[in-house]
Amino acid sequence: MLVTISTTMYPATDLGFLLHKHPEKLQSFPVTAGTAHVFYPEATVRRCTAALLLEVDPVALVRGTRGQAAESFTLGQYVNDRPYAASSMLAVALSRVFKTAMSSRCDARPQAAAAPLPLELHVPALPCRGGADLAGRLFTPLGWQVAASPIPLDPRFPDWGDSRYVDLRLTGPMRLADALNHLYVLLPVLDDAKHYWVSTDEIDKLVRAGQGWLAGHPERDLITRRYLAHQAQMQRTALARLAEVDDSAADALDNATDEPRVTQEPDRAQSLAELRASAVLEALRTTGARSVADLGCGDGKLLVPLLADTTFTRVIGTDVSSRALEMAARRLARMAERQQERAELFQSSLVYRDDRLTGLDAAVLMEVIEHIDPPRLAAMARTVFGFARPGTVLVTTPNAEHNVRYATLAAGTFRHRDHRFEWTRPQFREWAAGVAGKFGYTAAFLPVGSEDPEVGPPTQLAIFSRTDTTGSDR
Amino acid sequence: MSATNREIAIPELSLVALVGMSGSGKSTFARRHFAPTEVLSSDFCRGLVADDENDQAATRDAFDVLYYIAGKRLAAGRLTVVDATNVQADARRQLVEAARSQDVLPVAIVLDLPEQVCAQRNAQRQDRQFGQHVLRRQHDQLRRSMRSLKREGFRHIWVLKTPEEADSAVVTRVAMFNDLRDETGPFDVIGDVHGCLEELEELLAMLGYAAERDQAGRLTGASHPQQRKVIFLGDLVDRGPDTPGVLRLAMGMTAAGNAFAVAGNHEAKLVRALRGRDVKTSHGLAESLSQLDAAEAAEPGFRKNVERFLDGLVSHYVFDAGQLVAAHAGLKEAYHGRASGRVRAFALYGDTTGETDEFGLPVRYPWANDYRGRAMVLYGHTPIPEPEWVNNTLCLDTGCVFGGRLTALRYPERELVCVPARRTYYEPARPLVAASAASAASAASAASAASAASAGPAVPAASAGPAAEVRRREPDVLDIGDVLGKRIVQTRHHGRITIAERNAAAAIEVMSRFAVDPRWLVYLPPTMSPVATSQRSGLLEHPAEAFAAYRSAGVDAVICEEKHMGSRCVAVVCADERVAADRFGIEDGSAGAVYTRTGRPFFSPELTGRLLDRLRGALTRAGIFDELASGWVVLDAELLPWSAKAEDLIRDQYATVGAAARAALPAVIDVLERAAASGRDVDALLASMRAREANAHAFTDAYRRYCWPVSGLDGVQLAPFQLLASQKATFHDHDHRWHMKLAERLAAADPLLFLTTRHVVTDVTGEDEATKWWEELTRSGGEGMVVKPLANYVRGPHGLVQPGLKVRGGEYLRIIYGPDYTQAANLDRLRVRNVGAKRSLAAREYALGLEALDRLVGGEPLWRVHECVFAVLALESEPVDPRL
Repeated sequence: MLVTISTTMYPATDLGFLLHKHPEKLQSFPVTAGTAHVFYPEATVRRCTAALLLEVDPVALVRGTRGQAAESFTLGQYVNDRPYAASSMLAVALSRVFKTAMSSRCDARPQAAAAPLPLELHVPALPCRGGADLAGRLFTPLGWQVAASPIPLDPRFPDWGDSRYVDLRLTGPMRLADALNHLYVLLPVLDDAKHYWVSTDEIDKLVRAGQGWLAGHPERDLITRRYLAHQAQMQRTALARLAEVDDSAADALDNATDEPRVTQEPDRAQSLAELRASAVLEALRTTGARSVADLGCGDGKLLVPLLADTTFTRVIGTDVSSRALEMAARRLARMAERQQERAELFQSSLVYRDDRLTGLDAAVLMEVIEHIDPPRLAAMARTVFGFARPGTVLVTTPNAEHNVRYATLAAGTFRHRDHRFEWTRPQFREWAAGVAGKFGYTAAFLPVGSEDPEVGPPTQLAIFSRTDTTGSDR
Repeated sequence: MSATNREIAIPELSLVALVGMSGSGKSTFARRHFAPTEVLSSDFCRGLVADDENDQAATRDAFDVLYYIAGKRLAAGRLTVVDATNVQADARRQLVEAARSQDVLPVAIVLDLPEQVCAQRNAQRQDRQFGQHVLRRQHDQLRRSMRSLKREGFRHIWVLKTPEEADSAVVTRVAMFNDLRDETGPFDVIGDVHGCLEELEELLAMLGYAAERDQAGRLTGASHPQQRKVIFLGDLVDRGPDTPGVLRLAMGMTAAGNAFAVAGNHEAKLVRALRGRDVKTSHGLAESLSQLDAAEAAEPGFRKNVERFLDGLVSHYVFDAGQLVAAHAGLKEAYHGRASGRVRAFALYGDTTGETDEFGLPVRYPWANDYRGRAMVLYGHTPIPEPEWVNNTLCLDTGCVFGGRLTALRYPERELVCVPARRTYYEPARPLVAASAASAASAASAASAASAASAGPAVPAASAGPAAEVRRREPDVLDIGDVLGKRIVQTRHHGRITIAERNAAAAIEVMSRFAVDPRWLVYLPPTMSPVATSQRSGLLEHPAEAFAAYRSAGVDAVICEEKHMGSRCVAVVCADERVAADRFGIEDGSAGAVYTRTGRPFFSPELTGRLLDRLRGALTRAGIFDELASGWVVLDAELLPWSAKAEDLIRDQYATVGAAARAALPAVIDVLERAAASGRDVDALLASMRAREANAHAFTDAYRRYCWPVSGLDGVQLAPFQLLASQKATFHDHDHRWHMKLAERLAAADPLLFLTTRHVVTDVTGEDEATKWWEELTRSGGEGMVVKPLANYVRGPHGLVQPGLKVRGGEYLRIIYGPDYTQAANLDRLRVRNVGAKRSLAAREYALGLEALDRLVGGEPLWRVHECVFAVLALESEPVDPRL
């Protein structure tokens, strides 16, 4: 909500000319999010400070066109930090109020506008996702001296640690226009929040504001990714509403299509997902299966190679997440019509039996079981091995022993935030043997990815083969 | 009606084929004797598909339509008449197939009128000019048909030869043999007797029947002083010591109207043997035959009577307005009240897969697991050590002849009465094992069957006390068809409630990925609406609106309960693991569950177990299990602190907002003060920012009140406010004082865990007192209060009355509406809120919750309970203003 710009150039009051805002006055401008005020807490020839204060209207933020609160908004949009934090809204206000200064035009003081000035910027509540040191990584390469001190989350509860905010001070000789453009781009990047209230022609704006400094920035990729990543996602999903009912953040439930924390083996070019998919396809081909279901197909990555191989005459993808199925449907829609004709995609659940899944040659549970609460695993086994009873069931799951090989994965952390467990090789084998014995299957095991002599492969694969011809157990 | 009128009797549910040449008067006959919607005419269907009733090129499509409609009608149990010539064997074969595929009886009514009559009638019709050769051909086909109708499968054939006969015929509809819907009981339903007369006699005596004997002292009947009636589930005969004695008693009781009997497979075989057919005399038949020979010697004619009795046995009965079905080997819903060969085969032999198991016995498809019918199905046939409810079906064959017990179910009481066998009369081919183990064995390897066998014949459990429920075997997984797609749930308190497909789709994801086992998830609490918006200055909510709402709903007294700020929590607590296994079918050693408003567990299994131990201890010490005569209870409560469940949310959302405000506002005020000191006119802005800073502090204080650290169970508190259900009853008809008392007893039993709820009881005019109390509560940081009708469940002139209205405190609402909501300009805009949608949702969810509990306590199958619980979750994903 606040940024101050100070200079000690001589005369410091020339800052008023450069910003095109008179130091003696309080000036207010209506902006989308509320009202932007510009005023000068100090204005002497030795030191001059301009303050931009964005007064956010919290109620207007979430009101629809009819003046009534839109019902599709999440609670988080009603109670949020936007009125206080230096977010994209402040960046937008900055660009509105200091538009001319950002283009480095100043007819009255052209030399000062073109030259580096002794500047100090202060942003007292800067949301900084990724830790205080990210601010340093973004601003230091641009020539700033950076002081970012973290704000505690709540002094009453010290063990909650720091909040995502820092008190940021940038000092250095810098052209004023550059300084403003840095803030304009990097405030939303550090915030890394969804741009609920920003217009959509963001790429052009980024190119314009990043001229001369973004191309060579060592964190360029992070900056562009974050700047452009968060397209407005204003609709509250049904799942997010259920999360809210339970006092949880929306993504605590709505995370079926989230990426895992670990996606790659350190020394392998192929991603883990690719390694798994090829191991599963290989095993499926070996069994001679014609009809195959990918249970928990997610966004449908495995369905593509299955449909590309005509030995699979019937390919079913199921998932319990509607969102995942929408993504999978989009993926399939890009395939040839004849391939699509062999595909079926529908919502199903691994803990409800489903007649549509009986009579298949094979079923794949690729990185699925670890998303099931252990007390519910028996129901999954009953559904898949007892009712659906395909000839072959392929199950892949992480090998927990291998986790020590991932430098970025903190000890005791699972590879995906939704994992309910990760098993060692003996644990997986014990479970698999139990299921196989109970439901009339045999289980064989294969490594996926290169087998580490000490901790084994990154992923383990079990191949269950039905031993009898007994039909569905009801 | 003259004596010459032909009476044509047809079964109530049948497919009637009218057979006759063009012009024989079929349509006229159909119009006279059947409702227009009962008659499907091929001409009409030709018109439907071709705009021309006489377009012979459309015949094929027309019959496709006709059979499609016939199929739908018959599936729905509606008599259907097909008005077509039906003179060709091919056409009739399709009709017989259509009837059989819906398990109804095919009936033919033939209008075999003289050819000249038909020709004359056709000649009079403008629209139909057949050549003479067409009629000639139809006439020949009809001639040939007359001989083959019986062979083709028509069960009733009526032939009308003259126009007079056709005109004067009277069609009467007769009830199906299996239709005893008018018999409403009460009944005592007895499983397989197999000639065990002594045990049967003892059981009847236990059930209160008075025995009747002939002069020779033989048991010939029994009657009940309260006119209860026995239903024998078949297999009265074979294997046991006194088949003739059992038959004599059963025959006497059925003849006197004191009993009904359905046929078992052993009766079917015995009757064939008695008629001299060549049947293998294994499985105890030889003993029966020699016993019957001896009986015949003592009582000439007895054998013939037995043969007549057995021959007349129907394979299944539907009783009590369709609510009870008795069949020897059970019956799936589609076959109830139907008649066909396969219906009879199912009822007699069960749903066999055609395979045999390692003991040489047929493998039976466990049809009961799929059963979704409303009728209770009682059956025998497969001996089991202990009866278990499976989806409203119950097998009552407890293997008396094999040394088990003879069991009866009292209907509608659903109580079991049994007597042990005097001895083992016959060695079973397969040891008696629990049905659940047996079904696992049938599906899986021989290993599990062998291990069951090595455990030896199961010892019957100690006879159940009066309070014990019949064991339930809940399926460990339900069918996705029970929940997916658009659904309509019929509730007793709020009619039909529709669940949109998109909401079900969201609910199934949460249910599958996050919720506890559906066998524990017997209830989810409804959402609660706030009061209508207050217009008082500085407030959004005030008690006045709650009182006004209840006054206008006709409620006379209310209770105001302190609203604890925690997380809504449902606790299912069993007295022990055995209750968990018997009542909930959970056999993993857990004895209860504690879950959130969306069915997610609050704690890890280990911590949940410890919490349940505490709950169980308190319930036991407070004497509540005993008092309710129940081994389990379901409690509705608030679990505190809020931070126990919501800490992530509090940190990510609320504390974060506080931190941002704390960092930003002092800096803002600082620069404004400096600007003011140097003479800028920023006073208004400064004042506004100072107010915001104060609001931000108040906001932080608001959420802090509901956070305290917990470690394991230390610091966790539970404030129960309703007992939802026990084995015998639901409690929404108990007033809230009763529930508060119960909570106080729990708190007395475990003061560290339980928190009582402060409350005020008043009539609906006591608004001032309640307001003062509410102001005190909220001034000291309370969330607010909930106003409820004191009587608890109340219906008003407009149906269900809201079970509670929340009146939240001004400070608490900062958490909901934001730190600055109290500013006048903000409040004015926030007052535009619509509580209507929330109210409607709250009422529907309340009704679904009550329905779930009623179904649970009524012993209905799990899928029926789950349907309601799932619907609550689905409704919760409806978009309503989340701040309400």
